[in-house]
Amino acid sequence: MTALHPDLFALLFGIGALLVTASLIGYVLQRRYSPRGDNAVIENLNQRIRSWWIMVALMALAFLGGKTGVVILFAFASFSALREFVTLVNARRADHWALAVAFFVIVPVQYYFIWIEYYGMYSIFIPVYAFLLLPILATLRGDSQGFLIRVAEVQWALMICVFCASHVPALLSLDIPGYENRNVLLIAFLIVVVQLSDVLQYVWGKLLGRRKIAPRLSPSKTVEGFVGGVASATLVGAGLAWMTPFGVLASAGLALMIAFLGFLGGLVMSAIKRDRGIKDWGHLIEGHGGFIDRLDSVVFSAPIFFHVVRYFWSVT
Amino acid sequence: MGQIISPLVATLVRLFARFITAVRGIWDGVAPVDKQRIYYANHASHGDFILVWTALPPPLRRHTRPVAGADYWLNGRLRSWLIRDVFKAVLVDRNADTRQDDPIETMSQALHSGDSLILFPEGTRNLGDQPLQPFKSGLFHLAQACPEVELVPVWIANLNRVMPKGEFVPIPLICTVTFGEPVALESGEDKAAFLARASSALERLSPDYEPAETTLDSTESPS
Repeated sequence: MTALHPDLFALLFGIGALLVTASLIGYVLQRRYSPRGDNAVIENLNQRIRSWWIMVALMALAFLGGKTGVVILFAFASFSALREFVTLVNARRADHWALAVAFFVIVPVQYYFIWIEYYGMYSIFIPVYAFLLLPILATLRGDSQGFLIRVAEVQWALMICVFCASHVPALLSLDIPGYENRNVLLIAFLIVVVQLSDVLQYVWGKLLGRRKIAPRLSPSKTVEGFVGGVASATLVGAGLAWMTPFGVLASAGLALMIAFLGFLGGLVMSAIKRDRGIKDWGHLIEGHGGFIDRLDSVVFSAPIFFHVVRYFWSVT
Repeated sequence: MGQIISPLVATLVRLFARFITAVRGIWDGVAPVDKQRIYYANHASHGDFILVWTALPPPLRRHTRPVAGADYWLNGRLRSWLIRDVFKAVLVDRNADTRQDDPIETMSQALHSGDSLILFPEGTRNLGDQPLQPFKSGLFHLAQACPEVELVPVWIANLNRVMPKGEFVPIPLICTVTFGEPVALESGEDKAAFLARASSALERLSPDYEPAETTLDSTESPS
């Protein structure tokens, strides 16, 4: 267990205040517009806020647990996301062993490499070793029907749900001069910016949204929501510069990049949902859907954020 | 010791089922209230009753017992301890030639003592391509013997993909258990008609269900 950095304490206090405000607004809205619980938008909003309390509490607990806590939390998130993804793929009986290995070997091994901070392995384990091993396992039973699709889907599931998601805890292994023992704040920065960007896109979209930005992929996303959300998330990023190793301008730039990638990640994952004819990936996070519904924007921004910070700020 | 270990093992089994399947109960046409019921479900995996049991809210689960084949479950000490002490099953012998107890009698007794049952009217696991196998007559006889008990169709989706026959490592996949509108035996309804109606009420709950478009054609075709 690591000592709680005062900056982290300040951030958690800020998020707590934000959630209290959100809960109060949700309560007032419910009293005024949905006293009998019949306004679906407001009921969903309040469900989302309640789920946020749980997610923030879990993140805070993980931060308290230090590296081990964060690695375990994200390993479980990856497992749950992979479970949602694989439920939708065209896997056949012949893929049984490849899938068993994906869940029970590749997920733990990838997070073990993250935990021992072995950059040389965690950055190639899934793109190289799993990429070659899984199709080999899938051939063992001699079933060639839909082979390329089956193999590609499992690899894609692993890249999204495990490889990309594991780059959030990988931020802990960066070695930034003058920023020792504070890396957990990099994770906090990434997650706060990307999630607030999602929330602010939702809020701006609900308040001002008129023009749909990608009607065929995601009917709920609007131009107004996108511009307002990304712009205000960039401002939030600049305002959080105090807890990062970056200057104010660099913080704003990184936040802009994170919010932009997060938005596009949401679109990509929506396209998959549309194709498979589902609205949500799962049901475990009340009001939000599944783990992938909540992680899609994190997954797309985490690896790029990791590599940009590693290239420009880290000495390892 | 048994009083502590059995419930503990039962809880661990349910936790494991949730870990693998994140199972969710969908109440579609029936409410999760504490009424005496026979939950009758499709059967494709040995884990089926565990999943139904996990999806039931605790107050209902507490007095809902699975009906299991004695011929399979009483083979071996661990298996028979699990089915008797942990799952508290109602055991029936499926072999009509050698059995001593009448299965309908055994199940009626459990119902008369106030318990609800989880029943698989197909009798054995469905390993074929059809959504359901023909129902055995037990459900009809129970409906006659205990008319006050609600018959709730329950569709278990995806569990057969989690652990196909012959595999021993489960693949984590999301499963759902859908509870449908109760079916009641109508006065004068014969066995075949009732079982067909009960079976189609169950099949309609399947996420893959598509209403047959050829019904009209087939009735019009010359016999």
